Amino acid sequence: MAEYDTSNSQAKSGTLLGWLDQRYPLISTWNAHIGEYYAPKNFNFWYFFGSLALLVLVNQFVTGIWLTMSYKPSAEEAFNSIEYIMRDVEWGWLIRYMHSTGASAFFIVIYLHMMRGLMYGSYKEPRELVWLIGMMLFLVLMAEAFMGYLLPWGQMSYWGAQVIISLFGAIPLIGPDLATWVRGDYIISDASLNRFFALHVIALPLVLLILVFMHIVALHRVGSNNPDGVEIKKVKNEQGLPVDGIPFHPYYSVKDSMGAVFFAILFALVVFYVPEGGGFFLEPPNFEPADPLKTPEHIAPVWYFTPYYAILRAVPDKFLGVVAMGAAIMFLFAMPWLDRCKVRSIRYRGLSFKLLLAMFVVSFIILGYLGTQPATPELTLMAQIFTTTYFLFFLILPYTSAREKTKPVPERVK
Amino acid sequence: MSIKNNNDSSVNLQRRRILTGATGVVGAAGATFLAVPFVSSWQPSEKAKAAGAPVDADISKLKPGQMLTIEWRGKPVWVVRRTPEMLAKLPSLDDSLRDPASAESVQPDYCLNPSRAVKEEYLIVVGVCTHLGCAPLYRPAIGSPDVGADWQGGFFCPCHGSRFDLAGRVFKSVPAPTNLEIPPYRFLTDAVVRIGEDPSEQGAA
Repeated sequence: MAEYDTSNSQAKSGTLLGWLDQRYPLISTWNAHIGEYYAPKNFNFWYFFGSLALLVLVNQFVTGIWLTMSYKPSAEEAFNSIEYIMRDVEWGWLIRYMHSTGASAFFIVIYLHMMRGLMYGSYKEPRELVWLIGMMLFLVLMAEAFMGYLLPWGQMSYWGAQVIISLFGAIPLIGPDLATWVRGDYIISDASLNRFFALHVIALPLVLLILVFMHIVALHRVGSNNPDGVEIKKVKNEQGLPVDGIPFHPYYSVKDSMGAVFFAILFALVVFYVPEGGGFFLEPPNFEPADPLKTPEHIAPVWYFTPYYAILRAVPDKFLGVVAMGAAIMFLFAMPWLDRCKVRSIRYRGLSFKLLLAMFVVSFIILGYLGTQPATPELTLMAQIFTTTYFLFFLILPYTSAREKTKPVPERVK
Repeated sequence: MSIKNNNDSSVNLQRRRILTGATGVVGAAGATFLAVPFVSSWQPSEKAKAAGAPVDADISKLKPGQMLTIEWRGKPVWVVRRTPEMLAKLPSLDDSLRDPASAESVQPDYCLNPSRAVKEEYLIVVGVCTHLGCAPLYRPAIGSPDVGADWQGGFFCPCHGSRFDLAGRVFKSVPAPTNLEIPPYRFLTDAVVRIGEDPSEQGAA
């Protein structure tokens, strides 16, 4: 009877599933990405953070949509509308704190997710694109977080945006005009707030969603890496399935849901007991309305930007400071090509890589601390030292990784 | 085009290519023109441009050493009544400044002088750090504790540690590249200054 081709469908015709599957690749998509997606059997703790990032993204979407229902994106009303959400809207405080804590949780999860990639060489061939799309996600996420932080229109919102947009002004020739164009005014104003709102709630979330989709599609094309960094596709059984692979569902769907519940408990504790994160998630000056005539005595970005902010301050030149800050992120994009070692996992790599990675992580954390502190001469000197070691990681790595003395890599995962 | 045409000789591949190419070119031109309104709509609106009207400030109650902040175009503008001692110290700082003669900095021609002012006594500057736009703090006292013991009085930016002297001139080895900007201004009377208008615009307002 049917003139269309139904041979691809695995479902019985006559059932609802059959009807759907003949019109939509339901079963094949499920199988390709979940039911018969074979992931290495040796995933450890570090492999929770991919699915947790997805969970936090959903949290940001849902709470964000609810917040827009009571928030007013205008310089006159923004600050008061946040107070209205916090005090007068039913459960508004919870939804707002879930969103603001979610932003910090997002970066905690993403930084650990990236750390995993660095340790186990998940950026290496054939996963370069997975890494590059992931880095783009990181960039867009930073833009999303930055624009979201302006919306409460507090003192830190205002002056943080003032400083970051002025960064564009450091670009030779077009800089000042570009900064004016981004602000839509000669200062941060109602126009800037309104457009940041549009970008924060529509444009960037849409880009994030598309990139997340591409990140997963690219990953499933090449298959997941694992803590041993060996290809599970190399050893297959009679059915052509990887011996060391297990289907994502039910094995990892169950494992990840356990991780999700554990994460949710920690998240709830923060939301209920320390929603301001000790001044790191929501900074004290942001509980004062924006005042264009008065900069807060001590201005620092939210914790997840502080490493880059410390690098910016460490360079005593406006333009070069901006260049250094940009380069700090751009070098990460190049990791698949800077690291020339054939061995993926840190388990089988030489001492030089372990030391370099440790130096990089320590520099990143100390810079993160320095970025929260005032710029005294002593701390500026420290920031200069750790900015140097941060960059040395990327500059030394291509040399040492090509000559690294590695341990033998096992044929199969252990 | 990678589609094979099953030996159909009636298909003129060259014509197809030309037509496809022409469509692409016309479409790209159209898309470029279409981008103009979207890009331009981010520019400051007419309303934002019109908000740059001049403001008048009464400076008659300002005591020597005091500072007054006035809002002009949404930015802070400072009026500092400098004491003779403050003024006398300015030339001695020249060696430690990045741009002592203000050659690289923004100011009206009539303020391109050692004290960077129309009337020496009154410094009038835009209180926006030339580094990344914070509002620096007024620290007139010598040796202010948060700036350092060898501090000779001036402005200190809390954001990234830039320092300026009492003529808004930037010190060496701080992140700010140029001196603080001097806005156009003129004295209507001895007691009233109009910010945002050059002296040559007499009677224009």
